[in-house]
Amino acid sequence: MKAGSNLEKVLKAGHFAFTGEVGPPRGANVEAIRKKAGFLKGMVDMANMTDNQTAMVRMSSWAGSLILLQEGIEPNYQMVCRDRNRIAMQSDILGAYAHGIRNILCLSGDHQQFGDHPKAKGVYDIDSIQLISVVKKMRDEETFLGGDTLDVAPRMFIGAAANPFGVPFEWRVHRLAKKVAAGADFIQTQCIFNMARMREWVHQANDMGLTEKVYILAGVTPMKSIGMAKYMKSNVPGIDVPDEIITRLQGVEKKLVADEGIKIACEQIEEFKEMKGVAGVHLMPIEWEHRVPEIAERAKVLPRPQV
Amino acid sequence: MIIAERKPLDEIKEMVKDYRKVLNVGCGGCTSICLAGGQKEVMILNRDLKEQLLGEGYSPVLDGFVIERQCNYDFFDELDNMVGGYDAVLSMACGVGVQFMAERYPETPVFPALNTVFCGADRNIGWFEENCRTCGECVLAETGGICPVTRCAKGLFNGPCGGTRLDGTCEVDKDTPCAWYEIYHRLQAQGRLGNILTVKPPRQWQNQTRRSLVQEDYKQRYAG
Repeated sequence: MKAGSNLEKVLKAGHFAFTGEVGPPRGANVEAIRKKAGFLKGMVDMANMTDNQTAMVRMSSWAGSLILLQEGIEPNYQMVCRDRNRIAMQSDILGAYAHGIRNILCLSGDHQQFGDHPKAKGVYDIDSIQLISVVKKMRDEETFLGGDTLDVAPRMFIGAAANPFGVPFEWRVHRLAKKVAAGADFIQTQCIFNMARMREWVHQANDMGLTEKVYILAGVTPMKSIGMAKYMKSNVPGIDVPDEIITRLQGVEKKLVADEGIKIACEQIEEFKEMKGVAGVHLMPIEWEHRVPEIAERAKVLPRPQV
Repeated sequence: MIIAERKPLDEIKEMVKDYRKVLNVGCGGCTSICLAGGQKEVMILNRDLKEQLLGEGYSPVLDGFVIERQCNYDFFDELDNMVGGYDAVLSMACGVGVQFMAERYPETPVFPALNTVFCGADRNIGWFEENCRTCGECVLAETGGICPVTRCAKGLFNGPCGGTRLDGTCEVDKDTPCAWYEIYHRLQAQGRLGNILTVKPPRQWQNQTRRSLVQEDYKQRYAG
């Protein structure tokens, strides 16, 4: 065991992992997190706590992660390169580990231009792949990036993101390979809607032997409405929504659109359960945490394994 | 070269309005070439500034002069006997030139008429693009001659982020190409993709404190 987190144990035991996500509040509203956590408890193996996503200021992800811990949900502490230099990052990693956080997700982060402080100075002292190598170095070599020995290593299960739909498409598997080489233990992908592309990317990862070295969790987001599908298609860089998804949502009665979105997500999950090289699903129900129990039930991923 | 643009007239006016005699000094170097602070721009600024100040009841004396470069003291000699006759100096050089001017004439208030914007090249007449952040540790050999420090909004070193749009533009601006998309395609065409397949470690930034440089051949000259 590298870290001994619940997620690591679930994956190592060969179970199909099912993880969730909680966005922290835009304020110090602890109850908001507890409420979201309530919907996820017992439904997921661990839940991501996002780090100022879309560059909007929110409660810090380590603080949100601690509240998840209190609620009995294992957190995946997201850390972006946008807001901290290498000193602050290493310091936060130590602090997070000291408080019982065992999973970390290393990300570049959405550019500050997208957020509510568009002219903030972006830090980007190191990039997401370099951050992975820093966490690995702290864990496995018990040293800081600067080379000094540290006193009690943070034994984190190291996560990274991957976007199978970015361009150049043929490069994306190489970027995955670099993340694996840098030390990623698990990967959570961008929200998947283009299954053909996803299959091809996983196939490439299998061929390169990457899926033997890293656990890939496929990102699934249920479409809540036709408007959401259209918005994601045209306004969210890096997300690929094929027309057939929108056509399919348009093909049902208005009050059944959300149900159809969940149905599509469940079909995807069924396929991922059988897909060689995919070790689980990461569910990102954007502001739809209350529907997670229903989705988990319909996706037949319950009960979650006790390991 | 260094690219600059003129500050708004109102901002310049606020700096100099309380000084009766002002010498506006242009620069024959970069800011002249980028059409921001040469002979012509000195004349235009003085004309506009004078009109504005007269309209507000001031009676300014605004003269213009251009020296070859404001980033080398050798070119200041011809100014030395002039500056004393003015209450303030306006510089149309880049930030380097303004500081040199202020250092040369410490008793005279020196004001910048330009904002220094970036190190770049001419895309066309009057159209410039930033290409170098003077980071001090050039990676262009590995990245196909495309700078990720300058041209990637996040300054990434290990390939394109997840935000690259499907048409190969940056998530930050749909009219800006993704630097890493371009790096990939250029290296691919040259058969040099191996350059970017290994993990590039965190770099040791060379530009976090003020830098000075003495070329190797001159080190002896300044030693001791």
